[in-house]
Amino acid sequence: MTAEIGLPEGAPPDGRQLPVACTDLRVSFGTVQAVDGVSFSIAPGEVFGLLGPNGAGKTTTIRVLTTLIRADSGAVSVFGYDTRTAAMLVRHLIGYLPQQLSADFQLTGYENVWLFARLFDLPRQQRDQRIREVLAAMGLDDVRERLVSTYSGGMVRRLELAQALVNRPALLVLDEPTIGLDPLARGDVWERVSELREETGMTVLLTTHYMEEADTLCERIALMHHGRIRSQGTPAELKARLGPGATLDDVFRHDVGTAIEDEEMTGGGRDVRRTRRTAQRLG
Amino acid sequence: MSAVRVAQPSVSADRWSPATLMPPWWRLYPSRILTFWLVELRKIRHDRTELYTRAVQPVLWLLIFGETFSRIRAIPTPPGISYLAYLAPGIMAQSALFIAIFFGIQIIWERDSGILTKLMATPTPRLALISGKAFAAGVRSVSQVVVILVLSAILQIHFNWNPLHLLGVAAAVVLGAAFFSCLSMTIAGIVLHRERLMGVGQAITMPLFFASNALYPVKVMPGWLQGLSAANPMSYEVDALRGMLLGTPTALPLDFGVLAVAVVAGVAAAAALLPRLAR
Repeated sequence: MTAEIGLPEGAPPDGRQLPVACTDLRVSFGTVQAVDGVSFSIAPGEVFGLLGPNGAGKTTTIRVLTTLIRADSGAVSVFGYDTRTAAMLVRHLIGYLPQQLSADFQLTGYENVWLFARLFDLPRQQRDQRIREVLAAMGLDDVRERLVSTYSGGMVRRLELAQALVNRPALLVLDEPTIGLDPLARGDVWERVSELREETGMTVLLTTHYMEEADTLCERIALMHHGRIRSQGTPAELKARLGPGATLDDVFRHDVGTAIEDEEMTGGGRDVRRTRRTAQRLG
Repeated sequence: MSAVRVAQPSVSADRWSPATLMPPWWRLYPSRILTFWLVELRKIRHDRTELYTRAVQPVLWLLIFGETFSRIRAIPTPPGISYLAYLAPGIMAQSALFIAIFFGIQIIWERDSGILTKLMATPTPRLALISGKAFAAGVRSVSQVVVILVLSAILQIHFNWNPLHLLGVAAAVVLGAAFFSCLSMTIAGIVLHRERLMGVGQAITMPLFFASNALYPVKVMPGWLQGLSAANPMSYEVDALRGMLLGTPTALPLDFGVLAVAVVAGVAAAAALLPRLAR
């Protein structure tokens, strides 16, 4: 890695508060129960994966956690701060990468990160240095003055990671960070996330429906289906229940009754549309 | 759940308190508005095509519509003021309106592309986010003011070129654009889809334009239209512009008061509907 990202600045003065504590969360959209009694917690420094097919409720859970929507009942706290009563503080502690490619294509790479440096109230004296640090760490130093519309999909994703890191978040939230990317770019994104983790020890919450990726990256995972967590534990624990040679795909099939690929076909239309839009933007 | 691991290295406690993380509201709002303002300027700098294509319409209005109607002399203007001079402030407000109405489409585009989600997850209150967007529309419309002022100078329209008056003109146009962009973003929050918004946008821009004093004095309108015009912030904007550029008798405090109240109401309405776009 070419640059030092530094320790998370938002880290609490003591380690007593869990990065994420989610209790009996319920969210519905009209008649659809998107999240139906989800409880989990994440330990400091952990990489936690929410896994499941499209429409399982992963993104909705993350949207409550990032204060974008309110839950019907239940509660989520981030480092002890309630997402409803201390939303602004929670936002300060989180770096968030949404599912879609969400960099602004009309701006340069530098300007995209600059926007977030300003929105996170970084002091003016630190701004430029910090922006260059995160851009360098994501390997975008040479292209920072280019318009994002000239970037490849993998580069846009790395730029978004830079945006999410500029405030030195204590909790990094990645919603399907590799969706729509080719295998090479996917590997690259995961490599950067792992490096970051090793250097800063920040807590990471990610969602994915690529089981093999979750297996190698996550220290603990929760399998979600139809708004509920079907099983959670370390990948090794989950696989061990099924005997030697089992994969996470097998675990999913065992716990849910169908293969994750079959679920993709019937899963939530919103996510599928989003994914398509992302693919379209990538051209 | 597996055992919770040992605490992270401790960081100074004051970094953690709300006071050091969040600036007070009176610094936060101007800071956010300035941010979106600067971003808009950057976008304009990177892609000037919109600037040029947007300049075409007011030029056509003034040169074709304006010149023709000056010859017909169908529209009564205040004594000593040509129809072209009377029309120019109206076209200024109209072109700002057309730019502002586009901002609802932009916010839906930003929602579809995930930009909005990410902005809303930053420590930016909804009101500050909408205010930022609204004043970004204002920045864009100031470019139209410049185009029309230059054209007016070429056409030898006798404006009051006092710099203070010109500043007032820019302020009125910024307020007008901020209100109409909020109106557009409010509708975006209701209809949620770009196609529907385009339809609604087209359906309301023309009535807003025609049911105002932009093209003709209010007193030539039928009574019901006069009523609509009196409720249309556009009329107050044009009134203020005419007052400052042409010296026609106007109630500037009333004009700016109505515009300011409209902006505050617009920001509140758009911000209240913003969560619908976050879903």
